[in-house]
Amino acid sequence: MTVLATFTRAGRTPRPPLLLVVPALVVGIGTLLPVFYLLMRALDADASQLGEIVFRQRNLFLLLNTLKLVAVVLTLGTLFALPAAWLVTRTDIRFKGLLSFLMALPLAVPGYVMAYALLGLSGYYGFARQWAGISLPPLHGLWGAGLALSLYTFPYLFLNLRAAFLGMDPALEESAQSLGKSRLVIFRHIVLPQLWPAMVASWLIVGLYVIGDFGAIALMRYEVFSYAIFTQYSGAFDRTYAAWLSLMLLALTVVALSAQRAVTRNRRFARTGTGSARITRPIGLGRWHLAAWAFFALVVLCSLGLPLMVLGHWMRLGVPEADWAHLGRTALGTFLTAGPTAILTMVLAVPVVVLTLRHPGPFASLIERLAFMGYATPALAFALAMVAFALRTAPFLYQSYALLMFAYVMSFVALAFGPLRLALLQIGTKQEEAARALGVSPTAAFMRVVLPRLRRPMVAGSLLVFIMVVKELPITYLLAPMGYSTLAMNVFSRTNEGMMGDAAPLALSIILFSSLFVGLILKYEGSAARAAGK
Amino acid sequence: MKKTLLAGLGLVLGLTSFAAAETVTIYSGRGEALIAPLIKQFEAETGVTAEVRYGGTSELATLLLEEGAKSPADVFWAQDAGALGALSSAFADLPAEVNETVLDAFRNDANKWVATSGRTRVLVYSTERVKDDDLPKNIADLTDEKYKGRVAWAPTNGGFQAFVTAFRLTKGDETVKAWLKAMIANEAKVYRNNGTQIDAIANGEVDFGLINNYYLGRYTARDAEFPVGQTTFAAGDIGNLVLVAGAGIVEASDNKENARKFIDFLLSPAAQQFITLQGYEYPVRTGIIPHATLEPLEAVNEISPKVDTNTLGDLEATLNLLREVGLL
Repeated sequence: MTVLATFTRAGRTPRPPLLLVVPALVVGIGTLLPVFYLLMRALDADASQLGEIVFRQRNLFLLLNTLKLVAVVLTLGTLFALPAAWLVTRTDIRFKGLLSFLMALPLAVPGYVMAYALLGLSGYYGFARQWAGISLPPLHGLWGAGLALSLYTFPYLFLNLRAAFLGMDPALEESAQSLGKSRLVIFRHIVLPQLWPAMVASWLIVGLYVIGDFGAIALMRYEVFSYAIFTQYSGAFDRTYAAWLSLMLLALTVVALSAQRAVTRNRRFARTGTGSARITRPIGLGRWHLAAWAFFALVVLCSLGLPLMVLGHWMRLGVPEADWAHLGRTALGTFLTAGPTAILTMVLAVPVVVLTLRHPGPFASLIERLAFMGYATPALAFALAMVAFALRTAPFLYQSYALLMFAYVMSFVALAFGPLRLALLQIGTKQEEAARALGVSPTAAFMRVVLPRLRRPMVAGSLLVFIMVVKELPITYLLAPMGYSTLAMNVFSRTNEGMMGDAAPLALSIILFSSLFVGLILKYEGSAARAAGK
Repeated sequence: MKKTLLAGLGLVLGLTSFAAAETVTIYSGRGEALIAPLIKQFEAETGVTAEVRYGGTSELATLLLEEGAKSPADVFWAQDAGALGALSSAFADLPAEVNETVLDAFRNDANKWVATSGRTRVLVYSTERVKDDDLPKNIADLTDEKYKGRVAWAPTNGGFQAFVTAFRLTKGDETVKAWLKAMIANEAKVYRNNGTQIDAIANGEVDFGLINNYYLGRYTARDAEFPVGQTTFAAGDIGNLVLVAGAGIVEASDNKENARKFIDFLLSPAAQQFITLQGYEYPVRTGIIPHATLEPLEAVNEISPKVDTNTLGDLEATLNLLREVGLL
């Protein structure tokens, strides 16, 4: 029996309640706007131009580069995240809390700062030259972009895998162990299949992020779709070709979504036995302790050490007098926008995820796919779509906080799906069915039995959205109300003018500011899975 | 959580109701880091509150095109003549006297926009890896074998595109196309903008870069040892082109009076002096003390090619050319 079937049985009502349908419609319409806008712009092209645009050989080149980049980022990211997640959940390594925090923290590093850090590694102010007196070959192109992107996206994989490890029922592993299976066999045949959905879901999120990202890629000078799209808008004022490229990128997203579906079909994760799951007995690392610590040291050095070092070098060039009042105001403004955005995202994400699990069907899967497409739409195209939409239908909303937040929510809502979905799958339906058997209505049963246990993944998911909003640039630039500026905008405008010394303290404050929230994610996410397993 | 939401809502309402007083809305392609003090001074002098949207010149130009007749912008201040040209249909006509305040060479004959500062295209190079007699004399020299893989350029950058436009207008499309192809064959490396080319030279990725004159000063002012130098090509070479940054009044503006006040302010001696000293640029009017580290404008005018800045808005053909050779 499939998970979906299990869930449908718990839901029982054939038609989903309005409480789920209305938010899902909002998400569907909101994320459909950019697609609509892109089609409109794409059709601006006259027929003779069309063939030339669509069948340009360059498109194929961009597609291949994009796929190569995604493959590199996912491979490297998994190589960082999987061992780290296993070590902090299953072994007797010490300082698990601190290690988890350090593994999650690179999320807070803006992409272009990471790229600057890697470029700076071999560069004039670089670590290699300053301390060892050697000059390394400069890192750029596929490997430069791939490394930069994986160094700040792997924490997302790490968080999901860690949650999956924590939520796993150890009973199966213990049975296998009692049958004399080796650790490696157990990992391959029992642990990995259970990790698979979390892994594929986070690959999807990271992969879609990679195809839409621009900051790190531009600095690493690697030509992919997003780079070409930005170039068309900014270098050529060409909104038609940019729209075609964006649509091709969305087609790629649809393929990725179908692939994800195909590989994670027919899997079940909730406990079916009686009694409750126990906490897994930690595996003694013994003489492997040293290797584990060396691994963590390397990852932390690359993902946090390098960016902090490059910021240090920039500051060495002379820090301007800090304008604390301005910094404080900007931080507060960022917080007051990102905070409500994160909460709103969750308010919309929960109904969509529940809908896809409890009322599967064409409507639910359409909404889910649209949300992922919203997430994958290049931010500049997304922002322009919102401009066009607001000016045509509700000009009073243009450049208001409401529209800015709406755009953020629609762009990031898919990001919140992962943690919620995993938690719902691990919670299962048994207790809800019990509540229903006691005569409680389906909605009330969900509210009283499931929702309280979703609180922690909800907090974790909203914090994730919060951190993304803090780092976001293109949407903020185009849609921000007059006079509103975020920390990220301040950093970017200074690096762009070559004022690295001025940018450094601001970039550092983004990392510190976000690190508070990364800490909170761990606090909630870790115990979420544990609570779910109890 | 509820409190945050309420506070956020308060902020939304607070800030929108605040916008009723005397204001002017400026879309600025020039960075906040540089011009925020200038905006403050404008507000102090005129009592008009300036609401500024900062962004890349080209992103803001795209935004203005998308907004069309519904644009809330009053003034667009751009980094390059290409963007100003691309938007000329969205600009209102300026009274002729505005352009009469600026030096002849910088005037916009169509009175669609006015230059706010002048700058030059220059060659930057590594002082560690380039000997004086290795410096190219002309733009055309860069296609030579000895510069293979050593030169940086930024085909998406407005300054570079203006240079290509001027090159086309003086030498013809075929010559420029041949030059672009030869540069690509010579493995010229693509960067995003001016600053990243300077970084790349310091980091040892390339030895030469084609940029605007005012970026390097920001690095060398902080680090006298910085291993990048700046020079010009031989007199009259297109590589020494003089360019402008400028501003225009948006046709959709319902507040053209204050827009005009802002433009007049940018041309005032005080603002011109600030742009000259803080921005390492050339003033567009007389009576301004020049920046000590810059070649005097007279000297620059002597070696720069004779190209009418008015023609640099002719971006379309340049973009087509760049697309044709595969740079866009």
